Amino acid sequence: MPSQSSAFDPGFGVYVHWPFCLSKCPYCDFNSHVRAAPVDEARYVAAFQAELVHRAALAPGRQVSSIFFGGGTPSLMKPQTVGAILEAIGSHWNITPGAEITLEANPTSVEAERFRGYRAAGVNRVSLGVQAMNDADLKALGRMHSAAEAMAAVDVATSVFDRASFDLIYARPNQSLQDWRLELQEALRRAPEHLSLYQLTIEPGTMFERLVEAGKLAPPDPDMGRALWDLTQEMMEQAGMPAYEVSNHARPGAESRHNLVYWRYGEYAGVGPGAHGRLLTTRGRMAQSTEKHPEKWLAAVEGQGHGLIEDEILSASAQGDEFLLMGLRLREGVDPQRFQRMSGRALDPARIKGLEGYGFLERTAQGRLRVTAEGFPLLDSVIAELAA
Amino acid sequence: MTTHTFDNIRNFSIVAHIDHGKSTLADRLIQQTGTVAARDMVEQVLDSMDIERERGITIKAQTVRLDYKAKDGKNYILNLMDTPGHVDFAYEVSRSLAACEGSLLVVDASQGVEAQTLANVYHAIDAGHDIVPVLNKIDLPAAEPERIKQQIEDVIGIDASEAVPISAKTGLGIDLVLEAIVTRLPPPKGDESAPLKALLVDSWYDAYLGVVVLVRIIDGTMKKGQRIKMMGTDAHYEIEKIGVFKPKMTDMPLLGPGEVGFITAQIKQVADTRVGDTITDEKRGCAEALPGFKPAQPVVFCGLFPVDAADFEDLRAAMGRLRLNDASFSYEMETSAALGFGFRCGFLGLLHLEIIQERLSREFNLDLIATAPSVVYQIKLTNGEQIDLHNPADMPDVVKIEEIAEPWIRATILTPDEHLGSVLKLCQERRGLQIDLSYIGKRAMAVYDLPLNEVVFDFYDRLKSISKGYASFDYVITDYRAGDLVKMSILVNAEPVDALSMLVHRSRADMRGRGMVEKLKDLIPPHMFQIPIQAALGGKIIARETVRALRKDVTAKCYGGDASRKRKLLDKQKEGKKRMRQFGKVEIPQEAFIAALKMDN
Repeated sequence: MPSQSSAFDPGFGVYVHWPFCLSKCPYCDFNSHVRAAPVDEARYVAAFQAELVHRAALAPGRQVSSIFFGGGTPSLMKPQTVGAILEAIGSHWNITPGAEITLEANPTSVEAERFRGYRAAGVNRVSLGVQAMNDADLKALGRMHSAAEAMAAVDVATSVFDRASFDLIYARPNQSLQDWRLELQEALRRAPEHLSLYQLTIEPGTMFERLVEAGKLAPPDPDMGRALWDLTQEMMEQAGMPAYEVSNHARPGAESRHNLVYWRYGEYAGVGPGAHGRLLTTRGRMAQSTEKHPEKWLAAVEGQGHGLIEDEILSASAQGDEFLLMGLRLREGVDPQRFQRMSGRALDPARIKGLEGYGFLERTAQGRLRVTAEGFPLLDSVIAELAA
Repeated sequence: MTTHTFDNIRNFSIVAHIDHGKSTLADRLIQQTGTVAARDMVEQVLDSMDIERERGITIKAQTVRLDYKAKDGKNYILNLMDTPGHVDFAYEVSRSLAACEGSLLVVDASQGVEAQTLANVYHAIDAGHDIVPVLNKIDLPAAEPERIKQQIEDVIGIDASEAVPISAKTGLGIDLVLEAIVTRLPPPKGDESAPLKALLVDSWYDAYLGVVVLVRIIDGTMKKGQRIKMMGTDAHYEIEKIGVFKPKMTDMPLLGPGEVGFITAQIKQVADTRVGDTITDEKRGCAEALPGFKPAQPVVFCGLFPVDAADFEDLRAAMGRLRLNDASFSYEMETSAALGFGFRCGFLGLLHLEIIQERLSREFNLDLIATAPSVVYQIKLTNGEQIDLHNPADMPDVVKIEEIAEPWIRATILTPDEHLGSVLKLCQERRGLQIDLSYIGKRAMAVYDLPLNEVVFDFYDRLKSISKGYASFDYVITDYRAGDLVKMSILVNAEPVDALSMLVHRSRADMRGRGMVEKLKDLIPPHMFQIPIQAALGGKIIARETVRALRKDVTAKCYGGDASRKRKLLDKQKEGKKRMRQFGKVEIPQEAFIAALKMDN
């Protein structure tokens, strides 16, 4: 598939999911699993290699512009495991020189010691799950590191890798505007090029959900959430790191290229347990996902060469919906022409007009459609209105 | 015309409050006379509908013929007429009573006389019945037979000195009841040689037999093959099957004066038979019909709409099926901008409404939305015309209205003294006019005239709650009275919502309007903009609430390119939007209408 030659080229990404964690965080609904016994990494490497063979056969000849090791906790992998997977990717596809290769890491001292190994294996960017900058909140979030340890890890990461980012969760129980202001100021003093700032969401099936249902945890208050949101936008704009996506902030040029592949609704291959992919194959644009349970995924790959449990052709309207869902998360917005080509229908001018009337949507000089600063906090409603 | 007495027949009904043991007593009488073999006995033999058994109420009149050998050595035929006990079916009750000469008045020996007992016993007295008081639940430690006897004499004004003490549950005293029926209730009178004159007591639809008609012969005889005429409808039929209930249908060659039984005659639907009509011979007709016949008149109306528009045809079919068996229920098609296609239905009262609704959902598996019940208003127009208004949405322009009249009821409420204050306050709030206030032992009896409109709107629930369930309530519809009635509109984001408009008394408009907008405020989900909700009389806003604009609605994190999950959520949202009704820019979930229109709040 030829890549688009525009400023909004999504590129081609490869996502690698490492599903293991030392413990499950109470807010997390990602595909993560805790194992008492050490994981046989060599066996997983073989399985990743097999899945990559499978995906490369479906989407041959791509130019890989980004690779992302997500989890779970990929920083539990040995550096040579990471290296072997990168080697496999490079043997099936061509990795663009200067491609962004990110690994998610826990900010503990143990993991910081492995950073050089990852660097040597080819990783050039880390994303650290710091989550909070004080010990009490870290404990409440079920994190196993201290604030000091996390900051030390950030410092190591910044010195070892070309690029580093870290995540914070805000709108935490009992967090005041002032608490967050001070915390975010502290984060900005680390002078990162990229920060992911996520509002705490009570996800189905998590420990936090059970606590909220039992009345032991106050659910996030929308008014407070909005106030914290507004404060975050204001501070990050001032710091020169405006949101380029709902929860992602970067200095210009320091955006996560891999995440842009998703949001620009490009092509990506997902390997590993519970990984998602979107590939343009001879059958059309495919929605793929794999078995989530690690051992079952392993068995499936070893048995049939891949762990896919979902491999569906996306209808035109489904593609249109996904394009809007992903694309409107970006400050750069979407190209309505591309929507029309993909979905076979034009966006309803009356709905666009209505949303423009509320000041939630605007058209750029280049004809792109984007959500305004006022519209972003209501993005889900805006998209539902536009996609209806 | 010669009148004979039919000494070996006794026709009687049982008058009782809902939990005072009417069905259990009937069961015992059936058992003790050996009418149903012990192994076939089920509880509440006479209540054949599931709803009747579960709710302990009788909807359709039932009858059972008991063969009883009395202590005098003679054989008697006892016809027990089980009547509906609820005011909604007051007319049906009066017809069932008209088919009997006497009644057993069953009173719980610890609870005493209740409002419903009173209403029904007065009906029986009006029907000229001899009455045998029966004190039930005499075996319970709380029983106070002497006090209750006194109460019966004080309140009802009948001699209770020889009240029969029984326990229907244990079977104690049932033999005494049977003897009292024979010795203390009169036999029927009639003329066997006179032209046929029979009362149509009730009728129902049977899938195998068609319409089954319950009759009481006054004069003459009825037999298989006879050509008959319904005097009220002038419909002619030939009797196919004739017999009595024991309680199974048992064929008989003929029925004579004083007897109670059934006939079938190829009658297609219950609507062809009118409760209270007189049946006579086609050729040799009786001179005049029995008095007291009147067609069923629905007094409470509500809209019934399918939750899923695709069920509309099924609903229509179900209504037709129910109507086969219940001519007092009426319906006509209605469209609502809020609720789509449905039916405006008329009922005899609130219980009737509930029963029909429940049968539609239970027997026909339909999900329904019922709008708030409303009454029938009589509107006098300035051009002299008078119209009946069943639906507030159809109200004519105010300038064309001379006067609006609404139905009033006379309510009898019995309540323990400690709740009297709250009960009186409730009646006052609901525009009640006090007619009488007296005491029955420790309980107060308040008689009020009340507009039915105020009663259909959660009165009964409120009464139950303020009296902790102790107050009992009964009513009869009395008349129409002109009132200062106005149409209250509800505006959502300045758009009127027809399904929510209602007629209210001007003095109650503020309160009702405020109640409605407050309720809607919590039922309409926040939108991207703020939504004013207003109640208005004409152009005047009387209550206002605002649904605040959404403050935050954004998914913070999107996991590893999992667009499918977000797409599925979006699909769900789209599905949800389909269940919304659009009013201008505002989408109101159907559930909000249901909740807003429910009568309890």
